[in-house]
Amino acid sequence: MSGARAMPAAVGDVEGLTNHEDTPAREVLRRGVEISPQLTEGIRLTVAAAVVASIGRVVVPVVVQQTIDRGLGGADVGSGQVSVEPTFLVLLGLAAAVAIAVTGYASYLMTARLVGAVETGLAVLRDKAFRHVHDLPVLAQDNERRGALVSRVTGDVDQISRFLSFSGILAVVSVGQIVLATVVMLVYDWRLTLVVWLCFAPLFASLPRFQARLASAYTVVRRRMGTMLAQIAEPVVGAAVVRAHAIEAHTQERIDSAIDDYRSASISAQATTAVTFSLGGVAAGAANAGVIGVGVLLGVAGSITVGEVIAFAFLVNLFVGPVQMGTQVLTDAQNALASWRRVIGILDTPADVTDPAVDPARTDGATDLPSVPVDLAFEGVTYAYPGGPPVLRDIDLAIAAGTRVAVVGETGSGKSTLAKLLVRLMDPDEGAVRMGGTDLRDVPFASLRRRVVMVPQEGFLFDSSLAANLRYGATSASDEQLLEAIAQLDLDDWLATLPEGLQHPVGQRGEALSAGERQLVALIRAHLADPTLLVLDEATSAVDPRLEVRLGRALERVMTGRTSVTIAHRLSTAERADEVVVVDAGSIVQRGPHEVLVAEGGVYGRLHASWQAQQDA
Amino acid sequence: MSPDPERAPAQGRAPSRLRDGLRVLGIGIRREPKVFTIAVVGSALFGALTVADAWVLGYATENALVPSVRSGDVERAALLIACGLFMGVALLRAVGIVVRRLAAGIMQLRMEAHDRKAVTRQYLALPMSWHHRHPTGRLLSNANSDVEAAWTPIAPLPMAVGVLVMMIVAIGQMLLTDLVLALVGLAVFPAVIATNLVYQRYASPLQREAQRLRGRVAEVAHESFDGALVVKTLGREGEETARFAEQTSALRDALVRAGRVQAVFDPVMEQLPNLGVLFTLGVGAVRVQSGATDIASVVTVAYLLVMVGFPIRAIGWLLGSFPRSVVGHERVQSVLDAREDMGHGDDRLGDHPHGVAVEVDGLAYRYPDADPQAHPVLRDVTFAVEPGRTVALVGPTASGKSTLTTLLSRLVDPDAGEIRYDGIPLPAMARGAIAEQVAVVPQSAFLFEGTVRFNVALDAEHRLSDDEIWAALRAAQADGFVAALPRGLDSTLGERGTSLSGGQRQRLALARALVRRPRLLILDDATSAVDPEVEKRILAAIRSREGGATLIVVAYRLATIALADEVVHLDEGRVIDRGTHADLLARDAAYADLVTAYAEPSSAAATPGRQVAP
Repeated sequence: MSGARAMPAAVGDVEGLTNHEDTPAREVLRRGVEISPQLTEGIRLTVAAAVVASIGRVVVPVVVQQTIDRGLGGADVGSGQVSVEPTFLVLLGLAAAVAIAVTGYASYLMTARLVGAVETGLAVLRDKAFRHVHDLPVLAQDNERRGALVSRVTGDVDQISRFLSFSGILAVVSVGQIVLATVVMLVYDWRLTLVVWLCFAPLFASLPRFQARLASAYTVVRRRMGTMLAQIAEPVVGAAVVRAHAIEAHTQERIDSAIDDYRSASISAQATTAVTFSLGGVAAGAANAGVIGVGVLLGVAGSITVGEVIAFAFLVNLFVGPVQMGTQVLTDAQNALASWRRVIGILDTPADVTDPAVDPARTDGATDLPSVPVDLAFEGVTYAYPGGPPVLRDIDLAIAAGTRVAVVGETGSGKSTLAKLLVRLMDPDEGAVRMGGTDLRDVPFASLRRRVVMVPQEGFLFDSSLAANLRYGATSASDEQLLEAIAQLDLDDWLATLPEGLQHPVGQRGEALSAGERQLVALIRAHLADPTLLVLDEATSAVDPRLEVRLGRALERVMTGRTSVTIAHRLSTAERADEVVVVDAGSIVQRGPHEVLVAEGGVYGRLHASWQAQQDA
Repeated sequence: MSPDPERAPAQGRAPSRLRDGLRVLGIGIRREPKVFTIAVVGSALFGALTVADAWVLGYATENALVPSVRSGDVERAALLIACGLFMGVALLRAVGIVVRRLAAGIMQLRMEAHDRKAVTRQYLALPMSWHHRHPTGRLLSNANSDVEAAWTPIAPLPMAVGVLVMMIVAIGQMLLTDLVLALVGLAVFPAVIATNLVYQRYASPLQREAQRLRGRVAEVAHESFDGALVVKTLGREGEETARFAEQTSALRDALVRAGRVQAVFDPVMEQLPNLGVLFTLGVGAVRVQSGATDIASVVTVAYLLVMVGFPIRAIGWLLGSFPRSVVGHERVQSVLDAREDMGHGDDRLGDHPHGVAVEVDGLAYRYPDADPQAHPVLRDVTFAVEPGRTVALVGPTASGKSTLTTLLSRLVDPDAGEIRYDGIPLPAMARGAIAEQVAVVPQSAFLFEGTVRFNVALDAEHRLSDDEIWAALRAAQADGFVAALPRGLDSTLGERGTSLSGGQRQRLALARALVRRPRLLILDDATSAVDPEVEKRILAAIRSREGGATLIVVAYRLATIALADEVVHLDEGRVIDRGTHADLLARDAAYADLVTAYAEPSSAAATPGRQVAP
């Protein structure tokens, strides 16, 4: 599917990430090199090669001048006598051939070394950014912006690559070319040099302005392209909905207008590009006219040779390319900087939870969890999502090792947040969560993830076989162990319905299975991971009641002697728990065994009555 | 399926690729003859004037520069002419460049827009069964990157035609200037084109490979970030990074290889004209001495080589873009050529106040690519619903309920059997006629890019009043959170502060169905992510609002089932039993087992699994 889903690099701000928008270019480059030191490895030799390669561009004009003035006895042009000096011509030809070979090789060295360094450095940048994204809080909280994070490790890095290994080198060579051409011109005649520069200077000066216009034109193009891609995706991704509501005609109108908008924006951007591109040739025409005009006057005065004037005509051409490509290079540079800022923004965003095993400030207190169940405690825990009101307020809760606890409450009561704090997807704003007396912030990730496993509501599966997905939590499990785990959860008959058994492909995001089946896989996966604390967050909401109850029983068996915390909106789970914790508006309002709470009434009494009413309906 | 571009050996297919590539270009030229002609005229102007530039330099050398220096007197007239020519040629050439680039751009963009519209039209017209056979990613790239690839040669095409003109004129002028020197030019131009083609033969597979790997890198990142919660909770960050790094290092290696090839060919292609110039100067010097030619001619030919040497690569670019173009065009064409239709009649459901009478008669269905050994998803499913009645479809996980709802909305047709609404078989109804009176709310809600208003009203955006939209939102219990959005009905979904939870998305999809006042409403577990309390209110609202409508609900929850006049119990794709909830409870043990499972634990309270905390 290659680039189809790749977003335009400029898509999407992600809230909560470090913003480098106002960081100066020099600082961005410094950070960029700090992150990918490979970029500057051996840069001296590369630059030296670039300088030599630039020299190649002036070989021909110089040879033309030398041939006319000396090889063809140009000094005598005035007399109309042409005398060829063969030895000189042979030597000149040999020198030029050597120069072309050497500068050609230098050009090879420059490109090969540069691409090598750039791509090695940028691969490192991608990997580092990818790794860091998994430590970011935004992922856990914001579903809609994941695409923007993907584009930071794909499109944004591609943009940097394009600049560093193409436009960047073009810029360096172009500048080198102009400098060298100017130097050679100055050696020949400073007055003609002035004429040439007078013709090109206004263009160079106005390049940034053209570039600004181009940049804004292409911003519109990119935005419209984003809209167009989204519109084109609708009849594919939403094929069923479009048909079910018979809105084909209306959908097509929306698509057509998005396509037309993109086309017209692109055309007007291309018009600007075309005009800018043509200006170099106009300046060259003026410069040639000036060179010939002034050159004739100077030649008549005897202060310049015919060869030198003609060499100028060749040298003027060296100015055209840089002018033509100038706006492109500037635009690429700006885009690359913007992309680099965004990628660095990811790496400079501190992780919300840090691993004490790698955080130098906390390594001293790092304590592994024991391999037996331990008691849990929330001590004065308050938590608010960034920018929001507290969802949990001053929670105190102790859970004994080996108990089965159900957490209930209405939507928005804060019960899921409780589960997330327990597995340390985030840290409390105040207070602490402790296991066996150890603050979770002091438990190395390796130990925490080994002992504590959460099964979220959406059982996300990776596009691979059932077995590969099950092994996600237990890499080395054998097929026998997988089958055993499935049997322990009383799910063999479900496995039997899959034609390919353990090798059954689950499809993208697990979509070849039904929502309920995905939850089954997530449960088996968690069971295989063999945790001492299992946290289930509405983990069986999509399976049918009979299966859910059967699973509940199986889980009870396999979790015997271990601790489990279940977040549920079906009270059947609560009825079978050792203890029920009732959360309401961010606080724990009731706790105790089911029967006791029913007798107590209150929030639980109300929830239970409504549940009962449904069961008896 | 069209041949895989990754595997098709470029060499073996080169001749046909050239013909195919020209054929694709021919389609473009026939579709946009005017723009193409304008682009070619602009390009020819550019080509001719580029050559003219060298001629002007020769003229200036011969008539102004050399005579003036020789005589010590300024050749005023010739000098003015030369200066004027330089300026005039440059200005006209600039015009040529602008016309050529702009017209080529317009042509390319028009071709792309045309194909994108045609492809998406097909996506909307082809039946769901076709969509099921084609992966989403493939269809998206058919409409985007394949369309783009098909028309890439349009951009360099006018340039190449112009360069051809330029080459002919240049060679002509060289021939006129000096026969021997012209031979040098004749050697250099083809050499540049040939080198370019060799370069592309080496570079194209590498670039394609890099493009493929870019896709892989994006896929891994997408999947890994999508599954972030699983990655985090199982502590798999390290393994995931290794999986990602495997793709990024493969991409790096491919790019470095492509870079090396470019590093070799770039200087060669750049220096070829320069070598030509050296040769010209050498041969020219000898011929000037022998009096066979003059300095101006040598200068002209040398300058021509320098001027024409670069643009001539455009011919190589054009030929080099053919393979990608042909593959892209084939893939686009395979979508455009698809001729599948479910078949439609002319019948329509009347706009009666009462609900639709539903008859489901002997349905059988099997997924098209399913293992023939596996049992079908549905077999011999028969039941009927009288107008205004409510039927619950109840069955265990993966028993065929959702498939039945897709047949009921005629997203797919059954392998056998028939569904009739008000006595009319679904295939006898006109295109779009079912949707006029029947609304389905699927399990997972799909939201469109756009405002809340659009997502609820869809194509009736301008026909429905705000009141009607709010009423539907209220019935779906969605009015509360919509009112809390920054701009209410006009909030754009997906923008900052408007990300919705699963339950909220479901309620919007429900409001979308309700606002149409359907005579048959089908809910496929459409409230699974909603709290029981909220669900109860939704169902009550539907009952009171859509009093006359027929209702078919897929459900597990007793509260939902309780609303039904009749229950259809499905298992393994068959109807096990039908009747009222009470009847089924009494006589259908499997059904009772399924729906009353929650009620059991009180009796199982003493099971051994239960332990008291130490």
